[in-house]
Amino acid sequence: MSKTRVGVYICHCGVNIKSTVDVTKLTEFASKLPHVSVAKDYIYLCSDPGQELIKNDINEFNLNRIVVAACSPRMHEPTFRKALRSAGINPYCLEIANIREHCSWVHEDIEKATKKAESILAATVAKASLLEPLEEKEVDVIPTALVLGGGIAGIQAALDIADTGFKVYLVEKDPSIGGHMMQLDKTFPTLDCSACILTPKMSDVGNHPNIELLTYSEITNVGGYVGNFKVTIKKKPRYIIEDKCNGCGNCISYCPIEMPDPFNLNLSKTKCLYIPFPQAVPACFVIDPDYCRYTLNRECKQCEPVCKELGAIDLKQKEQFIEVDVGTIIVATGFDTFDPTLKPELGYGLYPNVITGLEFERLSSASGPTTGDVMINGKKPKNVVFIHCVGSRDKTVGNEYCSRVCCMYTAKQAHLIKDKIPDAKVTVFYIDVRAFGKGFEEFYDRVKQEGIIYRRGNVAEVYKRGEKLVVKAEDTLLGQLVEVETDLVVLAVGMVPRADSNTVNNLLKLSQSSDKFLLEAHPKLRPVDTASDGIFLAGCCQGPKDIPDTVAQASAAASKACIPLSQGKVRTEAQVAQVNDLLCRGCGFCVEVCPYDAIELKPTVIAGETVDVASVNEVLCKGCGACVAACLSGAIQQKSFTDEQLLSMIASLGESYE
Amino acid sequence: MSEFEPNIVAFLCNWCSYAGADLTGTTRTHYPPTVKVIRVMCTGRVNPLFVLQALRQGADGVLISGCHPGECHYLKGNFLARRRFLLMKNLLEYIGINPSRIRMSWVSASEGKKFADVITEVTEDIKKLGPLKSFKREIL
Repeated sequence: MSKTRVGVYICHCGVNIKSTVDVTKLTEFASKLPHVSVAKDYIYLCSDPGQELIKNDINEFNLNRIVVAACSPRMHEPTFRKALRSAGINPYCLEIANIREHCSWVHEDIEKATKKAESILAATVAKASLLEPLEEKEVDVIPTALVLGGGIAGIQAALDIADTGFKVYLVEKDPSIGGHMMQLDKTFPTLDCSACILTPKMSDVGNHPNIELLTYSEITNVGGYVGNFKVTIKKKPRYIIEDKCNGCGNCISYCPIEMPDPFNLNLSKTKCLYIPFPQAVPACFVIDPDYCRYTLNRECKQCEPVCKELGAIDLKQKEQFIEVDVGTIIVATGFDTFDPTLKPELGYGLYPNVITGLEFERLSSASGPTTGDVMINGKKPKNVVFIHCVGSRDKTVGNEYCSRVCCMYTAKQAHLIKDKIPDAKVTVFYIDVRAFGKGFEEFYDRVKQEGIIYRRGNVAEVYKRGEKLVVKAEDTLLGQLVEVETDLVVLAVGMVPRADSNTVNNLLKLSQSSDKFLLEAHPKLRPVDTASDGIFLAGCCQGPKDIPDTVAQASAAASKACIPLSQGKVRTEAQVAQVNDLLCRGCGFCVEVCPYDAIELKPTVIAGETVDVASVNEVLCKGCGACVAACLSGAIQQKSFTDEQLLSMIASLGESYE
Repeated sequence: MSEFEPNIVAFLCNWCSYAGADLTGTTRTHYPPTVKVIRVMCTGRVNPLFVLQALRQGADGVLISGCHPGECHYLKGNFLARRRFLLMKNLLEYIGINPSRIRMSWVSASEGKKFADVITEVTEDIKKLGPLKSFKREIL
């Protein structure tokens, strides 16, 4: 190996670094560090001229290690690796000193920040001079995707991938795809019928030759890495054979058991042998094992003989586990609505005429329990109050965020009331009205002109007075307490992450943001990527959004997910563990701690004797380094994070404060 | 004499705490300039030797920070780190070093504010303990 020649490049990042760190002083400091051949500062290293500067120096000064002191390696490490590659040196001979996020942006005192930047830089140079060139391997990508969640986000993503020509597994936990959008009546601000615009897409999914639909299914295990994920899917027993059921429904009338209808949010009853809604995809019935007398007590069985001809009913069906290999995964698991019993002052759960926005959708929908008549206790309400921001923008319930859809769905629902009951008096209590989307403000304006009263104010309490409900609030524009008598209160509940989202997040190793929705790789520039390569986000699992935004994000996620599939190859992790056979004593501690079963003991001939030596499967290794810390003899090392390299940083950080 | 400014070495995992520390920067949340970060892919990589060497070679305190339990990017690396950390504390006590000089925390990629709080706390704690001198003298 030729002599180590380090080039150090210090970025001003405009004024982002320069205003707190004395870059001239830092450059001078860097030029005196061991192994440093050249040290320069530049206004924007990530710019083309910035990268050219590094590339030219590599050739001119024959540099073989590069240190860039700039922003976080999570930002521009790939940029500078590319620059190294194009200048003809190994891209892993690069180390980034994070003097922006970890220094200039978090400190004020120029002298102290500069001193800290010096120690960061010295430690980074110490490590960089010990870096070794690494080799990247390429592996084939399985040209198949998996979409998790069959709401509008998952439907759109699956269709886009399938239309591109790749096979897609669409996994949905409910018996039918459709998600929350299927439960809505009309959609704002155009008043399209939700089911009318969704069902064509649903049947496209059902008929698409590239889509394998797995409903009533959940993922139970995820292994592998981008290009080669192995996903285990549990298919829950429907007790109806999907291929045989033609959806005729003759069996329903023979089922004696009624249960609350989940599709209608328990506002009506359905048989425990049911189809979620008439347009369900697949058009296949399902038996709820928590209510069916056969699955519970092995009695009844009245449905089975009815379906003799098709033989579609199988009460002995068992859950099935399927393992699929996919190249990329899209998470589109959606949201739950906020549980308003957490705001007991609003009377939800106590008074039957306090309902949520989603329940209103079912009441208003032609496919709902009242076939579209808004009726409370069999009567049309004459006074209706809507309350905004229930469970959103509310620190008392831990939800600081705005749910983005409630202002507009309330405006739409207020309009629907006026449409169905023209003489009804409708009052909306709001904090702010956020009508930010295309056509939203215009719609809000139209609704106000229809005679709906918007009052600005937080609602303090909902209580009963005689037959009526009373909504007590402070009108903050008038500065006075008001009481409004009403027959129906609709709570504009916000969106919250799925109650079971932790299970999925842990299986896929996804992080959450502080609002508990899934965290994207970058809030602005990588809004559909996750920190895990090959896993993408679509829809409300990433944060509240309306249908157009969801569809746009789903298409974006689909096109992202298709990139590795079309490329056909992905690079594997280069910073993997490697074993020095001569030092390994075959204790197997590394085998025990490896989370990926990537290490095994293999009989190896060393100095004429056959002994057990640890061996790393570089394709399975993800480069966490747990084995390195467990190794007692220092035989196993993680490339680019060796003991020697990290100890050099430690020594340097200590010295700088002597 | 100017006020004692501790020198603290922090081992942060790439996926949670390092990203959290980046977010602290992005949101311009300030904290004392006492902590220098060494990035590892996972806290499970942190060898006990690193902690001893840091204290021996001039650090007054060591922070190890990773993903919340159950959220490790590598499934269980933070559990390994936690186990090693507890053993390290015992060892430090045994050799006569205040075990409060080392600290472990869970900071996720979205907890920028928490990272700043942790650094402020660690700095205050180490300030109270004063500079670490004896370990260096004994060993060297």
